[in-house]
Parts: sequence; structure tokens; C-alpha cells
Amino acid sequence: MTTADIESTDREPLEATTLSTQPEPPRLPGLGWAELARWAWRQLTSMRTALFLLFLLAVGAVPGSVFPQRGNNSGDVLTYLSQHPKLGPFLDRLGMFDVFGSAWFASVYLLLFVSLAGCVIPRSLVHARAMRAKPPAAPRNLARLPEHRTYVTEAAPQVVLDAARAALRGRRWRLAAGAGTVSAEKGYARETGNLVFHLALIVLLLGVALGSLFGTKGSVIVVDGAGFANTLTRFDAFTAGRAANTDDLPPFSFVMTKFRATYERGGPQDGAPRTFEADLLVRDTPTSPQRHVTIEVNKPLTIGGTKVFLIGHGYAPVVTVKDGQGRVVLNGPVVFLPRDSKFLSQGVIKAPDARPTQFGFRGLFLPTAQVDPVRGGISTYPAADSPGLLLTLFVGDLGEDNGVSQSVYQLDTTKMKQTGAKGMRIGDVWTLPGGVGSISFDGYKEFASFSVAHDPGKDPVFIAAMTALTGLMLSLFVRRRRIWVRATAAGDGRTLVAVGGLAKTEAGGLGREVDDMMDELRVAAPELQEPELQEPELPEESQ
Amino acid sequence: MSTQTFAQLSNGFVYGAMGVLALAMFAFAAELAFGTRSRVARTNEAALVEARQPVRVGGGDAPAEPAADGAADGVADGAAKGGDERQRRADRLGGIAASLTVLATLLLFLGVVCRGFAAKRAPWGNMYEFSTTSALVVLIVFISVARRRPALRYLGVFVVVPVLLTLGLALSVLYVPAGPLLPALKSYWLVIHVAAAIVSGGVFTVGGVVTALYLVQERWERKGIVNSMSRRLPTAEQLDQSAYRLFAFVFPLWTFAIVAGAIWAENAWGTYWSWDPKETWALVTWVVFAGYLHARATAGWKGRKASIVALVGLSCFIFNYFGVNIWFTGLHAYGGLPNK
Repeated sequence: MTTADIESTDREPLEATTLSTQPEPPRLPGLGWAELARWAWRQLTSMRTALFLLFLLAVGAVPGSVFPQRGNNSGDVLTYLSQHPKLGPFLDRLGMFDVFGSAWFASVYLLLFVSLAGCVIPRSLVHARAMRAKPPAAPRNLARLPEHRTYVTEAAPQVVLDAARAALRGRRWRLAAGAGTVSAEKGYARETGNLVFHLALIVLLLGVALGSLFGTKGSVIVVDGAGFANTLTRFDAFTAGRAANTDDLPPFSFVMTKFRATYERGGPQDGAPRTFEADLLVRDTPTSPQRHVTIEVNKPLTIGGTKVFLIGHGYAPVVTVKDGQGRVVLNGPVVFLPRDSKFLSQGVIKAPDARPTQFGFRGLFLPTAQVDPVRGGISTYPAADSPGLLLTLFVGDLGEDNGVSQSVYQLDTTKMKQTGAKGMRIGDVWTLPGGVGSISFDGYKEFASFSVAHDPGKDPVFIAAMTALTGLMLSLFVRRRRIWVRATAAGDGRTLVAVGGLAKTEAGGLGREVDDMMDELRVAAPELQEPELQEPELPEESQ
Repeated sequence: MSTQTFAQLSNGFVYGAMGVLALAMFAFAAELAFGTRSRVARTNEAALVEARQPVRVGGGDAPAEPAADGAADGVADGAAKGGDERQRRADRLGGIAASLTVLATLLLFLGVVCRGFAAKRAPWGNMYEFSTTSALVVLIVFISVARRRPALRYLGVFVVVPVLLTLGLALSVLYVPAGPLLPALKSYWLVIHVAAAIVSGGVFTVGGVVTALYLVQERWERKGIVNSMSRRLPTAEQLDQSAYRLFAFVFPLWTFAIVAGAIWAENAWGTYWSWDPKETWALVTWVVFAGYLHARATAGWKGRKASIVALVGLSCFIFNYFGVNIWFTGLHAYGGLPNK
């Protein structure tokens, strides 16, 4: 089948309806591969399909906001899975916990962008031709146009047309001359903007892809006084694009000399955070000198193409743990993760090297500890005004010897037994029941969590977004419109001037433009003030 | 003046604005009830006649057409000269309603400004402040739209009621005393990003009201139903045009709000886009309105279907504002709601 065949099948039903009331059985085009592909391509690039895909994208994004997502909150996903043992795995198979990385979401937006490209690229070619083409010739009867004006002057037709040309050129209209007419068109920027907007969206998507292929992002918790070096092993969590080179991260390092957090005191917003910032001593490379930098929430540290962000903070109680033989098996700060706005923090202390038996604690650190009759130990203020530590002791196998690495924030108590609990203040020592050892609560340190990100797609995405925005404004605010001026000699030395205007897009304002141009015309070709000629007969086309 | 005084003044102004708005609402409603042919109504009627009988200006024998406004005024003046007491009362009520709305807008403006002085920052740090500012934007958009198209003054009651509800919700549920910002919000991007979002919200709301009325009027016109309200409303086509202009204006602004948010996010969190619920719903809103703009240019979608798409978009916007702050946790945890 050729193209002509397809076109004839397109047309035939139309003729059939005009000849007979009997509906023709629909004739399908033959299903050759080429036709099928052509048909599929036409469907894909049609506006209807694009609309459908747009709405599908909108609907598809919704579960990403309803269910916890692995990328943002892997902990919440695990909680959800354990709370919904039946529904959870099913949703997981559908990709509901990683919507924006799932194959079906990707296929929707990829189809949308193919559809977009298939629509926009041919349109760009058409528009490029239209930009070079001349404005169309004047229609026969300008009075039929939505905007039309006439007047009579004694100036010669050529004078009028010259004046019209000058007036329109001064307003930067595109001009073409006809027999006794001037055609003018303006507002090509609308379609240009429209195309630029859509093309920029494609570039934006490519930039996003670039970032996800080559970008890296890691997070790390640094306790006050401790340091960090930008190598893969030092991160607590690290994600990298498939094509990213993770062996060759920029070799900077820093020591956090002081972390400060302040909170509102008193008043209705008691306890609301006010500032937090971290003082760092940074070395850009192992050999470069140290420099002082203070990072705040909206003020990241930039080293080359990598940025270091302060994204959170919390407390790390400092403890000394001795085992049953009196040896010190742990001495230092243990990071507890904040759980509420008053920094009630949860954590785990493990003593894997303890002899004769291993033991561990589940703990709550309360910066301003108080006992609530219902909820037990709570914190009433985020600053460490009167810190308390609530510990629950578990004795037995920590389950860490089988080689499976465990989270430092979780205690696997399947082979352990709870043997005691205690609330402690700084300086307290707890001699553990059963003679397994002891623990002392020596104090606390603050920690800060940092995000170290490198995204090579960022700048392309930014430029594409700005370009898209500019294109969008052009496409919505520029109006495409045409004006024609016709000057006809009436034969008695007078000239009839007719002006017509046609807006190609919604939104008005053309009338005023026509009026302004008329005013300018009247300067060069003054209007003849004769009452009987105010409504002159318009001669039919005079060519 | 102390910050405490400013905070009290701000609250006083907001309460005052609500009181005046409530009066305006009654006046608008009364104008509708009394004046079968108030000035607004007659303006619309004249425009309606004009719209329904497109004047064929072909040969020279057609009489010179006065401009649409002139015709409307002519009809209006003629009717007023008829001296019907009831009509004049309705006209006066409409004028009073419009003036009260302007007064309420001024009061609300003062309320927002005083709130800024009380908190010593741009007053856009929590949901109470977003809501009051959004209400202010809705009123400003309405007043400027009504100035340009007097026929749209009839929308008054439909605009004032949601504004009153928003303010009531703000004062009763969302209220937070004035105070400094959370550290995460301390950035000049707050002013840029949030201002763009608030203005977008105001224009979306007015656009939504106009669209909803379009759907009603379009139905009446299609079914040939003529009642006192259909006579007073602008024509379906005029409503559709006004709605389109509002949405076409606000779409780039909303795009800018999202882009500005992405720039801020990159600066604060290290990722320009993290698919947190607020971002996701902002994008959903954007996509739906992009769909609206495309639908208007697609045969078979123009008019009713496109308008429904716009209303879906507005619902997404409203859900993003209230629903996401209340039900979802994410990075945009700034609402300052008590039971978060």
C-alpha cells in the first residue's frame, strides 16, 4: 500500500455518507509493518495522545506522594512493608515505593517526550519556512475582517501605501506589497516561543538524565570534633549514577570544630529552631592549607563541582562500656537519631567485643528529660538543658558474627534477652545485672549530618528551565496578527483607504493597534471631511 | 512601636477586613436579589445581545455601530432614566459592595504589612501567613479584573465567599503567633519562591471561580435556559475568555514558582528535585494546567472539557496547599500547624 491508498481510505467514508444513508462497513488499512508503524507514529504524535500522556503522568505521580519512597525515606518503606504484609509486597512489585524510578513511570514520560519531539520537530521546520515566507496577500473584502476601518483622503494611493509601510515598519511588522495593498504580519515570536519551550523541555529531560547517570550523592554524620574525608568508604549512605566514577571523588576533607544550634526560648513558639550552623576546617586537597568555613542550612560549601550541605543534626551521648572482665570495650559518642521536634532521640549501643557475653542497649536520649505520667520519658525542649538517657539492656548473641552487616541503629534481639532498664543522668554508672559489665553516661556531643552532592546535569537543567520559561512567556503573551491596507483611487482625485486586521490567536488589543496606525496614516494622508462620504461604498475587488 | 503592637494591629486589621468583607458579601448578594436589571446586569444584557447577534458589516448601508461599551451604557442610562426606584437601589448596593471590597482589601493589606513588621521578615513563613496573603491576592486580582471588565463585578459574591472562608480558616485553625523563621526558611528565595506561589494561588482561585461560572452559563445557553442569574452573568464566551486570560497569565508564573523552588532546593538540600509530596503535587498541578492550555487548542476539548481540566488543576493546587501540609510529611514541613 502506498500513501495514496491510505489517504483514499481516509476519504472514502465521507463520500459514502453523502451518497447513502447506509453506513459503510469500516475499511481498515492493510496491516503492513510500514503502515502500522506510520499509523502508530501518527497516533503517538497527535495532540490527543500527548494530552492523554500528560494526564497519565499527573495521575502516575500521585502514588509517589502517597506511599513512602525508597529514595527519600527507605526506613518508612520498611515500616510500611512490615505493617502491611499482604498489600506491601504487592505494591512493591508495582513499583509503588520507587514510583519515579519505576519502569512504568519512565515509559510514560519517555513516550510523552517522543510524542513531543515527533510533534515539535516537524512544526519547527514548518515554522522555519513560515518565518521566511511573506505575509499573505490581502483578502478581497477587508470589511469582512473582525477589525476594519475606512476613510477617504485626497492623497494619492501610493502616498497612503508608503505611509502605511512606514508606520508598520516602525512598529516592526513584517511586510509584503501587493497590487495597491500592503500586507503585514507580526507575532512570529509566539510560535518561536512555543517551539523553544517544548524543545527546552526535551533538553531539560536530557539534563536530568545526565545528572542521574553521572551524579553522585552521599550522606554522612559527623560528630562535633570529628572529621570527614571525601572517599566512598567514609559515607553512611551513597548513591551514584551508573556512569559515575566513584573512585575519583574530589579529595577534600574537613573537621567539624563546632556545631551550634539555637532555639526559641519562651513564648508561644518555645522550642522552635532558630539557627543551626557548623564551623568547619576545610582542606580542598590533601596538600592545600586549611580554611575556616561556616555552613548553614541555605549556605552550602562549594568545592569545585561538589557541594556540601548541612541537612540535619542531633545528639550523640558519650558512654564508656566495660565488659564482664572489666575491660573497656566502647568509649565515645554514639549517634542517636532525633525522633521529634524536641529531639527525643533513639539509638542503639552495642558491645560486640564484650566477654564472656555480648550485650547491647536500646536507648532514648532526652536533651531536656522529664517523666510524663502517660508516655514515660520525654524531652520538653530541644536544647540539652538537663540530658537524660533511658537504656534497656539486652544480653545474648548480637547476631553480628555471621558476616551479615547490620545497621548501627538497630538491635537484632532474636537471640537476646531483656534483663534490665534504667534511666541515667550525666555521671551515672550502671552496674549491669548478671555481672555482664557496666556502662557510664559521661556526657553528650552534638552531631551534624551532611549531604555531599555532585550533579553534572544541574547547569544544563537550569539553562533549559530558564529557556523554557522564556519560550513559554513568548508563546502565551505574544499575539500573532495580520493587518492589510488597501488604497484605491476613486477616479475623482480621491483615494479610498481600507484597513483590515485579523488576530490569529486569542486575546484582543488588535483594534487599538489598528487605530494607532490609522492615526499615523491620517498624518501623511489627511482625512477628507465631507459628511456624505463618511460611509463610502466599498468597490468590489479592483485588480 | 513594639513588635507586639504590630502583631495586635495586624490581627485587628485582618478581623476588620473580615467584617467589612462580610458586609460586602451581603451587599453583593442583595444586588443580585433586588436588581433584576442593575447596571451590571444591563451592561451584560447589552453585551449579550451584541454577542448573540454578530453584526454583519458588509456594504455601506449598515448603520455605524457604536462600540460595545457605548451600547451598554446607552441601555443602562436609558433604563436608569426610566426611574425605577428598585433598580437604582440595586445599583447603589452594587457600588457599595464594590467600595466595601476595596476597603476590605486595604485593611487586609495593612494586616499583612503589620504582620511583616511584627515578625521582622516577609510575612510568608507559615500557613496562616500564606492564607492571609493569598486572600489579599485574590481580592486584588478580582478588583483589577472587575475594573477592566465591569461586567465581572457580578462575580463579587463568588469571590468574596471563598476569601472569607480562607480568612476564617486562617484565623481559627491555622493561626500561629508572629515569630522569627525556621532556619530552613531563612533565604531570600523565600520571598521569590513563595511570593510567586502565593500570587499564583490567588490568580488560580479567581480563574477557577470564573471557570465554574462559565460551566453554569454555558449549560444555560446551550439549553436555552434564561433566568435572572443567566441574564446577569457575562456571556459564556466572555467568561471563558476571562478565565483563559487569567490562566494564561498565571501558568508561566506558576512555572517560575516551581523553578525558583528547585533553585532554592538545590541550594538548601543539594538536590533540585527530590519528589517530596509538595513538589510532586506542584508538578501535577503544572501538568494539569499544561493539559488545559493544550486542550483549548484541541478540537473536541475546547470549552467544557478544557474548563473541567482547569477545575481539576485548581483542585490539585488547593490539595497541594492544604492536603499535603496536613496528611503528608515531606521536606516542606513549614506549615506551623499545631498537630503536625
